[in-house]
Amino acid sequence: MAESSGVMAYAEASKDKLTTTTRELLGIGRNLANELGEPLCAVLAGDGVSSLADEAISLGADRVYVIDDPLLKEYLSDSFTPVMERLAAEVSPRIILLGQTDAGRDLAPRLAFRLKTAATLDCVDLTIDAASKRLQATRPVYGGNALATFTTETDPQIVTIRVKAFSAATADASRKGEVIKAEAGLEPAAVRTKVLDRIVEEVEGLKLEDAAVVVSGGRGIGGAEGFKQLEELAHLLKGALGASRPPCDNGWVSELLQIGITGKIIAPDLYLAVALSGSSQHLSGCSGSKNIVAINKDPEANIFQAATYGVVGDWKKVVPALTEKIRELTSG
Amino acid sequence: MNMIVCIKQVMDPETPPASFKIDPQTNKVIPPPGIAPVPDPYSEYALEAALRLKAENSGKITAISLGNDLLRDVVKKSLAMGADELILLEDEAFAGGDSCSTAIALAAAIKKIGEYDIVFCGRQAADWGASQVGSGIAELLGLPCLTLAQKVEATDGKAKVEVVTDDGYEVVETTLPAVITVSNELGEVRYPNIKGILKAKKKEPIIWKPADIGLEASEVGAAGRCTKLVKLFQPVREGEAEIISGDTPEEAAVNLALKLREIKLI
Repeated sequence: MAESSGVMAYAEASKDKLTTTTRELLGIGRNLANELGEPLCAVLAGDGVSSLADEAISLGADRVYVIDDPLLKEYLSDSFTPVMERLAAEVSPRIILLGQTDAGRDLAPRLAFRLKTAATLDCVDLTIDAASKRLQATRPVYGGNALATFTTETDPQIVTIRVKAFSAATADASRKGEVIKAEAGLEPAAVRTKVLDRIVEEVEGLKLEDAAVVVSGGRGIGGAEGFKQLEELAHLLKGALGASRPPCDNGWVSELLQIGITGKIIAPDLYLAVALSGSSQHLSGCSGSKNIVAINKDPEANIFQAATYGVVGDWKKVVPALTEKIRELTSG
Repeated sequence: MNMIVCIKQVMDPETPPASFKIDPQTNKVIPPPGIAPVPDPYSEYALEAALRLKAENSGKITAISLGNDLLRDVVKKSLAMGADELILLEDEAFAGGDSCSTAIALAAAIKKIGEYDIVFCGRQAADWGASQVGSGIAELLGLPCLTLAQKVEATDGKAKVEVVTDDGYEVVETTLPAVITVSNELGEVRYPNIKGILKAKKKEPIIWKPADIGLEASEVGAAGRCTKLVKLFQPVREGEAEIISGDTPEEAAVNLALKLREIKLI
């Protein structure tokens, strides 16, 4: 294999646009490529993705590899792993970046083992070591209690980035780049899995990940009824409802509202954490919030360590009064 | 239906954050005093998925745990919950591995076991959470792999698996044998019953060293790592919260609303 060079970003699209995570990938990818003095390329693999190449260039890619094939209509590790394996062998990138998305977190380890190298998933910081030129990848470990920085000596160095942990690239339509069509070269017989059905669970109101305000409840809320009150407050603040893990496990709210290491990662302007203790695994999902406000009757609760403002008190008394006052303040 | 479940022994993830300490000299977590290790909760979801399948299809479940200093009370919980066999890859050489060297050892052990339809792993472990061992085993054994399962059904050499996605789930069919990693959406994990606990007491695990699975000590554990841990450190939390008070909880709530208004958050 030729000596490796450059950074490769695995782009993903949704509704004919590159995803926010892809813009974040191209943002950090551009920085790493500049630091190495090497090019940044993007990979667009899917069915009907060719038209997105220009967008990837405007966001910083020097080259875009387009693999447009009906067999790549939906993500399956059995089909995307050989496609990426083939492209990586052809291009020999030094680094492959993916998002910590449904596809990225599945593909990155498969690809790493296939290429006899290593992957580091869910990274929150990526830097190039000045002396060795190797990638230093930092990720949360021990349920968010600690952070660990890893390096690997083999290329390509594969990492996924945590959503919302890096700044998104801004588009510049005047940027120039090259578009290269590549073949999928897929053997249909090598794909042993098949998507039979795809169920999208509708969550009412604003999407949790996009909301500027999130009102979230924990075990202390005690049941589905209590979450109705939080939902009312969330509506009032034009925000979304969230939860820590226990309410989801107990079925008080949908699993899709779970914020934390195994749930959603959010970074709103205001995070109102009600009757939740603030476990590391939960904080790991919301610590990017600009302001955390905690309401908890236990003054020793861990959430107060992460919060900017706090009220020590029973949420059953605090939340109705808070809702009423906010209604008064925002109605005029 | 023959199933293999990989179960890791981890530091109790319920350890209070205040007891979580790192030794910066060795880049290691200091075991919290008085808090015993536990079976990884995600591994237990994997075992639960296997137990549910066994209840429907009958079959055999072999649990495998890898490491050094494996506590019998911890690893035997799989037997108490209903696993039929327990294999321990237990040796000093297995200590300090990463997903790469762990997957290599587990894949070698699974190959030696020979007959299997499904290999179950947790979606990630509660300690290092690398989330790669299942995918690695699949690659090393040339098997399909489905990650983040919340429901598994198996019939006639195929499995139908519900896989958790960002906005719902997908129903994916795979040929068997396959590797399936299981997520917490699977639902409640059973507690061992008295009969299971007594059975586990009497049953001794099978112990394999690297040589038993055809590997050199240099291929497993710390020596076989593909990644190097440069630094382990604790995130800095930004000090204390400003506590908004009042004579009553209601008054504190009003003061909080006024504060949020003042800083233009509402």
